[in-house]
Amino acid sequence: METIVFYILVIVTLFCAVKVVTTPLVFRAAIYLIGSLLGMAGFFMLLGAEFMSAVQIVVYVGGIVVLIIFAVMLTSEPGGMQDRPDIKRTIPAAIVSGLVFFGLVYVFSLTEFKRMYPVEQNKGLAQAIGEKLLSLGPDGYILPFEVVSVLLVAALIGAIIIAKKERGE
Amino acid sequence: MDAGIQTTSVQLGWFLQNAWLIPLLPFLAFLVNGIFLQKYHKVAAAVSVGAMGLAATVALGMCLQFFAGDFAQPIMSIRWEFLRFSAGLYAEMGVMLDRISVMLATVVAVVSFLIHVYSIGYMHGDTGFARFFACMSLFTFSMLGLVFANNIFQIYVFWELVGVSSFLLIGFYYYKPSAVAASKKAFIVTRFADLGFLLGVLIVSYYTGTFDFAQLQSEAALSVLAGKSFMGISLLSLAAVLIYCGAAGKSAMFPLHIWLPDAMEGPTPVSALIHAATMVVAGVYLVARLFGLFAASGAGLEVVMYVGTLTCLFAALIAFTQHDIKRVLAFSTLSQLGYMMLALGVSTSENAMGFTASMFHMTTHAFFKSLLFLAAGSVIHAVHTNDIWEMGGLRKKMPLTHLTFLVATLAIAGVPPLAGFFSKDEILVAALENGHPFVFGVAMLVAGMTAFYMFRIYFVTFWGKPYEKDIKRYEHAHESPLVMTVPLLILATLSVVAGFLPFGHNVYYGVPLEHHGVNFGVAIPATVVALIGIAAAFALYSKRGTMAARIANSMGQAYRLVLHKFYIDEIYLFVTKKIIFRFVSEPLHWFDRHIVDGTMDRIGEITIGTGRILRKTVSGKVQTYAITVTGGFLVLLFALWHYSKVVGG
Amino acid sequence: MMLTIHHYLIVSAALFSLGIFGLLSRRNAVVVLMSVELILNAASMNFIVLGQLVTPGLVTGKVFAIFVITVAAAEAAVAMAIIVGIFKYRQTVDVEKITDLKW
Repeated sequence: METIVFYILVIVTLFCAVKVVTTPLVFRAAIYLIGSLLGMAGFFMLLGAEFMSAVQIVVYVGGIVVLIIFAVMLTSEPGGMQDRPDIKRTIPAAIVSGLVFFGLVYVFSLTEFKRMYPVEQNKGLAQAIGEKLLSLGPDGYILPFEVVSVLLVAALIGAIIIAKKERGE
Repeated sequence: MDAGIQTTSVQLGWFLQNAWLIPLLPFLAFLVNGIFLQKYHKVAAAVSVGAMGLAATVALGMCLQFFAGDFAQPIMSIRWEFLRFSAGLYAEMGVMLDRISVMLATVVAVVSFLIHVYSIGYMHGDTGFARFFACMSLFTFSMLGLVFANNIFQIYVFWELVGVSSFLLIGFYYYKPSAVAASKKAFIVTRFADLGFLLGVLIVSYYTGTFDFAQLQSEAALSVLAGKSFMGISLLSLAAVLIYCGAAGKSAMFPLHIWLPDAMEGPTPVSALIHAATMVVAGVYLVARLFGLFAASGAGLEVVMYVGTLTCLFAALIAFTQHDIKRVLAFSTLSQLGYMMLALGVSTSENAMGFTASMFHMTTHAFFKSLLFLAAGSVIHAVHTNDIWEMGGLRKKMPLTHLTFLVATLAIAGVPPLAGFFSKDEILVAALENGHPFVFGVAMLVAGMTAFYMFRIYFVTFWGKPYEKDIKRYEHAHESPLVMTVPLLILATLSVVAGFLPFGHNVYYGVPLEHHGVNFGVAIPATVVALIGIAAAFALYSKRGTMAARIANSMGQAYRLVLHKFYIDEIYLFVTKKIIFRFVSEPLHWFDRHIVDGTMDRIGEITIGTGRILRKTVSGKVQTYAITVTGGFLVLLFALWHYSKVVGG
Repeated sequence: MMLTIHHYLIVSAALFSLGIFGLLSRRNAVVVLMSVELILNAASMNFIVLGQLVTPGLVTGKVFAIFVITVAAAEAAVAMAIIVGIFKYRQTVDVEKITDLKW
């Protein structure tokens, strides 16, 4: 059962991903991206990290893709959002990415990933993540958490400043 | 030999121990003058003159102490080794006091001092006043270093230094193209001659393994050289002839004499010091210094003798026709140098009378020739022309100059009891005693010729009617100031008494000459010949008649040949311009410009071209960069993976 | 057929490569950015896969994935702002045309 779902998800995700990078229509690419991300959310669900899939959908699809769509709209050139594929560019890119893929696969095939810790699930996932993020102990990620918040604030301010209209002050 | 300054510790007089001051003082004067005092003319002159005065005093003291002491071996005042080529071969700077070095150093120092004093008056008002004194100090230092040298390396170094100083001084009026050309000519001719000198030095030092004069001329060293031969000539003779090339260049022997007449472009004190009394005798001094070498090789001394005789006659002949007073004196110097060389050439190691005679004549000639030049300078200063035909009747206007000039002319003509008579007489006797009657005959003839052409200029300049075409010249002429006339008087006195200096007893090669009285068999004919010459000059030139001109015209072509100095200069110019320049210089120039420079230019162009091509990679397209980075990264990864597999990881 | 970890990893590798392909070959800057999002997503998927299947008790993998997502969001925001800014100046977001930083 799991296998079938897995393969369906694989087909959906990969198909959408391929379309993202090949379709000449920019807006469609954004939509395909949504599809791809949803597929990935499905993977997370399949793996048992349901919190993550929720986060994925909310943040990625709901936030980032919306942002992308805004950008697509704002930067639409007259004459349509065309991005025709160009052989001179795609061939080297294909070669390089192909090599990367095969390299990665090869490296993965060399390693035997052994299950390391016994399954121990008495807490809910969300609770576990929350605790991890905010704990002060040696195992805690409170510092990166705070840093990331600062990063977000910086990004926020930066984005506003870059994109705002000049008023000539 | 241990390195470092080594002074002698024998019981020596103060002047002998401190003889190294003699070259040092003018050197310091040159440095101080040249670096600091170029704007302060009077101070510069004072420094140079003062230094020379001190040096002259020390030199006189040294001379007295040396000849009083009668030393058997030369004294080394300093030796400083600074370069060692091998166990026995080392280059050093030293001050060696022996008979000829003491003699010549004293002459150089005293004459240089007198000329320095004279120059204060002569160069007065010239913009290069301070520069003149700096150069004169440099020259005196170089000459003294040459004289005091105890090894052939040092003498070569100072030889070149003297050449440089001469170049600076001949070209003193650097804004005159003729002066620049003359200084270049002097330097090039002497430098070219020095090529032979250098080859000689190399041959000698290589085979004998030493630079030192004493060791070079030891029996062992000379036999080594005599034993080897190159293309049929023994190395000894070859080295002697090559070294003589250098001497011939510096002493302006035929055919390397061409630079000396042109060198008269320099200021007259320069001509007096360098081209009469000191620098040109460096060649003679070199032969004397290496007399052991030359004597051991028969061919060497023969070459010296014949070239000397030829130059003697050749120059005297040309002097008959010249009308620039300094040119005549220049050719006269050439002729007297010929005398000195031939005197050396006729000597042998057994009978070295010619050696002493040559040194004697060097000394007396220094006195009267520099006097002649200085007096001529005095005249030129007064009438602003060099041409004797534009002068006349000056004996009333410039009595002191006239008197001293007369004394000098009598001395050079060989009239007893002035100095020139004694020294010339010794040379003639030496030639006769050593069995060279032909040389003797030529020397006797030239003695008469000398008297004639010297009195020719004397009579034309100081007697007769003043120059009609520009009477103002005559009227403005006046006697020179004291600072110029006092040196003239001192030199005149020396020209009179120097004949009585006891040379035979003190300056000799090998053994002192036995004192013999005057050889009347030679002295009387010599005096008669001189008087005939004077009489002829008197007849032709004392009044402005036309007889001289008529004789000249009747000789027509021959006269013109001599007047143009046998066209030797023209031949040289032809050879250099048409042959050397066209067939050697121009191809080399082409090669240098197109191939050597061309290579550099092409390399530069290739670099620029490559740069231009490589620039295209910076296209500004981000994705190109990204692909390149990723691709490179993959290649690296692959290489690492492969390497680890190969190594066996 | 048993699902091994390698299956998941191959999927994430494929997504990663597709993202690189898009990054290197697309002309529209916004699409390039979308490809970057794909890449980041593949990375976070890797974290989660490994976290779940290799160390099931720990939540470290998921925490990292959260960080990745957060950073991706910040980066996307700033990148979009820049792209909009460039569009205002040059009226184009074609990466072939925006080549001012060259010799």
